[in-house]
Amino acid sequence: MTTGLFVEQSLNGLQLGVMLFLVTAGLTLVFGIMDFINLAHGSLFMFGAFLAATFVKITGIFWLALILAVLATGLIGFVMEFLVLRRFYHRSHLDQVLLTFGFILVFNDITRIIWGSIPLPMPLPEILSMPVQIMPGVMYPSFRIAILVLGLIVALCLFLIIERTRLGMWIRAGASDRQMTSALGVNVGLVFTLVFAAGAALAALAGIMSGPISAVQIGMGEPILILALVVTVIGGIGSVKGALIAAIMIGMVDTFGRVMFPPAISSILIYLLMVLILAFRPRGLFPANV
Amino acid sequence: MTLSSVRQLVVPNWPVLLIFVLLALAPVWSMYGGSDFTIRLLTRALILALAAVGLNFVLGFGGLVSLMHASFFGVGAYTVAILAHHDFNGDTLFGLPGTSNLLVSGPAAVFLALVFAVATGALVLRTKGAYFIMMTLALNQMLFFFMIALQQYGGEDGMQIYLPLHLSGYEFGSDSAIYYTVLIVLAFFVFLLSRLVCSRFGNVIRASSENEERLTAIGISPFHYKLVAFTISGAVTAVAGVLWAISQEYVSPADLSWIRSADLVVIAVLGGLVRVWGPLVGALVFVLAEYFLSDITVYWQLVFGLGIIAVVVLFPGGMLSVWATIRKINWGRAHDA
Repeated sequence: MTTGLFVEQSLNGLQLGVMLFLVTAGLTLVFGIMDFINLAHGSLFMFGAFLAATFVKITGIFWLALILAVLATGLIGFVMEFLVLRRFYHRSHLDQVLLTFGFILVFNDITRIIWGSIPLPMPLPEILSMPVQIMPGVMYPSFRIAILVLGLIVALCLFLIIERTRLGMWIRAGASDRQMTSALGVNVGLVFTLVFAAGAALAALAGIMSGPISAVQIGMGEPILILALVVTVIGGIGSVKGALIAAIMIGMVDTFGRVMFPPAISSILIYLLMVLILAFRPRGLFPANV
Repeated sequence: MTLSSVRQLVVPNWPVLLIFVLLALAPVWSMYGGSDFTIRLLTRALILALAAVGLNFVLGFGGLVSLMHASFFGVGAYTVAILAHHDFNGDTLFGLPGTSNLLVSGPAAVFLALVFAVATGALVLRTKGAYFIMMTLALNQMLFFFMIALQQYGGEDGMQIYLPLHLSGYEFGSDSAIYYTVLIVLAFFVFLLSRLVCSRFGNVIRASSENEERLTAIGISPFHYKLVAFTISGAVTAVAGVLWAISQEYVSPADLSWIRSADLVVIAVLGGLVRVWGPLVGALVFVLAEYFLSDITVYWQLVFGLGIIAVVVLFPGGMLSVWATIRKINWGRAHDA
């Protein structure tokens, strides 16, 4: 492997990792705080991409469309949580699986009704459509760099909010012991609604980021959901720090696996990694509720 | 729930016998007025029923929400298809010749499913609750992406089985022959699992879903029992996969995607979870709903999804309480209480 290829693949891997972190952050906190399984998280990822593609078409301004799509998906998440999901925190995991599986079927068909079955293009702003030279002889698409930088900034902000602020402390406390936290006077229900809406918005952002790389199409959220579950399991349920480390790890292993191994091996590499880690750390790398 | 009432629930009684008799008569009915399509639709329902009967053994009785049973289904279907593929090409797989003889490829499929179930079960059964569900989902997709990556077996497009599958020379001449084969195999496994659920082994499995600590306290290791149950369950679902390969003469990664796993969970829940034969009812409802809804609208998944959400929201006790609620409705008769 040449140095150029190595740098390029490292950037790709880091970018996939950052995107996975954005998807997983909401998912792992929802699992951690409310012990709730949300299989429909991938649908929010999909909504983000579709809404952004539409808003770009309407407004013509990419960055405005991005913000609008993220806010709109956050709102969808808020409504979902407020109207339906909150009734299911005390129900069995089986009911939660059925409910959110039902949501996936509904969301996929709603998307098909609104946008049709043909994948949408995701137009890019002028400055992001040119490749740039990152080192002698290596060109790299500028939008991928923009995505990476944006993703890293959001991930860093999120990490600081979770680890360094009072709100973040409530969230971490809720994830490690919900009952004790509410006994200490924190409105866990409210915190959780906010976490869910924020998680939806982050999933949407990740969806928009993946739009120019893979197509904006129905079912695009499902492969991501699976990867996010693997990240959640490896990182430890409810741990944002674990999610960050596991996401970068999965992003790197998956990207380099595809370059270095035949497809039959690279396709299962991350699952083997998951199995290996769980064999030594059955509750993931950084379990939130010990 | 006392033991005798459990026995009442699981031993085949008149409703299931009636269903099986009606199903056995279906080809006769389709000959006069129905069509071959009806038989193929029912065959599909019965195969999904068998797959869900396998799942329900751990889901309904062991309380394990597995989202990886489509992978066992896929192991069964792909083993038969891959062996037939090598038979057609006249080449070898790991030094062994291919075969279209189901008396060889069928047991091979079940054996591989057993190995896969023991290996994955040993891993996932160490985890509980949400962890278990996520791990099974991830392992299901592992096999899914693996089959997509195997280009020599069709990759994403799946593979056609060109040579007729046979039982040491006997070929299934008609759709009805396949249908009856599926029906007999289904009846056999419903009977077998019903006996198993009532056995001491079955008692331990049911108890493990209720209170593992108590089981451990009286000197029984739930893990080993659950592993055996999980393996049996996976093997039964793999048999359904073998039947799928026979009836469709085609397999594809879609047959083992996690959506199929979730479909099996829905079928088991529709069947009420507490009866071994319940998934048979669930599968008939599922397949007929799919057929009629897709006839009415292309957006049938929307209707189906809303149906699932409505049932879970309105009937917190699951589908069972739907039946109970319907039974409680007075159907317009005067109430004399």
